[in-house]
Amino acid sequence: MLKGLWNLTWLETKIFVREPLGVIGTVGVPVLVFVVMGRLVGGRVSAASSTLPPAFSVDVPVLAALLISVSAVLSLVTIISIYREGGILKRLRATPLRPHTILTAHVIVKLAFTAVTLALMALAGRRYFPSTMHVPWLAFTLALLYTTACVMTLGFLIASLVPTARFAQPIGTILLYPMIGLSGLFMPVEALPPALGLLARLLPLRYAVSLLKGILTGDGWLSHAGDIAALALVSAVCIGISSRVFRWE
Amino acid sequence: MSAVVSVANIRKAYGSTVAVDEVSFDVEAGEIFGLIGPNGAGKTTTMECVEGLRRPDRGSIVVLGLDPVRDVYALQDRIGVQLQAAQLQKRITVQEAVDLWASLYRRSVDGTRLLEQLGLGEKRRAWFMTLSGGQKQRLFIALALINDPELVFLDELTTGLDPQARRAIWDLVRGIRDRGKTVCLTTHLMEEAERLCDRVAVIDRGRIVDIGAPAALVRRHCPARTIVITTDDAKDDESLRAVAGVVSLTRAGSEVTISGRGEELVSAVIECVSERRIRVRDFRTMMPTLEDVFLTLTGHSVRE
Repeated sequence: MLKGLWNLTWLETKIFVREPLGVIGTVGVPVLVFVVMGRLVGGRVSAASSTLPPAFSVDVPVLAALLISVSAVLSLVTIISIYREGGILKRLRATPLRPHTILTAHVIVKLAFTAVTLALMALAGRRYFPSTMHVPWLAFTLALLYTTACVMTLGFLIASLVPTARFAQPIGTILLYPMIGLSGLFMPVEALPPALGLLARLLPLRYAVSLLKGILTGDGWLSHAGDIAALALVSAVCIGISSRVFRWE
Repeated sequence: MSAVVSVANIRKAYGSTVAVDEVSFDVEAGEIFGLIGPNGAGKTTTMECVEGLRRPDRGSIVVLGLDPVRDVYALQDRIGVQLQAAQLQKRITVQEAVDLWASLYRRSVDGTRLLEQLGLGEKRRAWFMTLSGGQKQRLFIALALINDPELVFLDELTTGLDPQARRAIWDLVRGIRDRGKTVCLTTHLMEEAERLCDRVAVIDRGRIVDIGAPAALVRRHCPARTIVITTDDAKDDESLRAVAGVVSLTRAGSEVTISGRGEELVSAVIECVSERRIRVRDFRTMMPTLEDVFLTLTGHSVRE
């Protein structure tokens, strides 16, 4: 069924591009946020010194990467619920396509746009980051794609539980964006109140931030095996639950 | 004739609501078979069990020799499906949809020719969201036929269409049967069932009430016939009243309404008119329809 997966993925990519608002939301907004932050902070910093403080060289790119990831997941949640409500998922399912192929196609489309957005961000960032700064782009891209794929399993869980397309986007937003606040990016997880700290340890973004930060600053993959395993575990749990509760119609 | 679909005693409940209760029927090769009844009668649930989209709580289904639950992918390769109230991606073009579907099956017919046959040749580059209701349904028929299936399922195909589009779709469905395929459809429109189906199963509140050819069901359950004659000749009313099978005769001005029962009623009345040389200006027979059959069988109208 690889041919079916490829055809569906390519078609969904074309369909996604045909909707300008969707593209602006998932690709444009994170890049714009990054550029604005770059202008606000970057201009001052690079004028003052040639080396960037870690708050800018690490936290800002990781935050922007997280935004890319979260908006890709939100877009997935929205599309899945619209497709379900419109009977599109059901119609696709009444073909020889395997159910997971239908969902995988959407995941691939979102990952592709995640990579494109990251590339655009990198291009935009060249104006604000000194060219001497070394960024392991390939490893960072892989880390972001891995993270996004893992968070998408949470997206499927949300899409399974939210009843209608009208609520999918707002509920997804309410659930996902606060997770960035608990990701350890703004405040170390250890400094959070115990209950929030526990919650942060259960959510995937804490491990995502740790992985992305590490890879960006040149750590090896092995030293983040714990983060990778934690993300895989969260995904396995989400896939396990959503494969039971996912609704096709 | 052999059965391409065999359904035996299936039952499907959603919580405490029993949607389908002990339903059994066969669909023969080469016929248009209709599941008819009001909305919520269990037609769609029954059909989706046969298509392998739902798993019945109990009972057995064999479609083209396959088990729709266990062999769902093998089955879906050989059947064509049009679902009730389904949509496609808003911005998918007609040609893209047909090409995608064609790529999903082991065999497929020429999509461009199929679209031409269905009158969608001009719309190949149009987005799904820009199509009219009738065009959308014709596209769904195209998707149901793209794999050259032996058996085609059509669920409430003409609901929401205007009468003209509806008639055009009926012709297309007859065309599917005439190409040697078997069609299984659901409808709550009794006129549609009467004009299109070779056999129907009347389904109400999850149960099948009777199965047969529309005309046979009418004969079986609604033997009453009504004949309306327009004539100024009042002298022969008594002779007409005496015709075998006539139950009642009423006259309103020049219009005589004769009610009776039996296959022979109409020809007996015609003979009487001719023997007595009654000068008639108009002669109409009013046959009961499937609507009347439904009312007789269930005690309520199909629209209630």
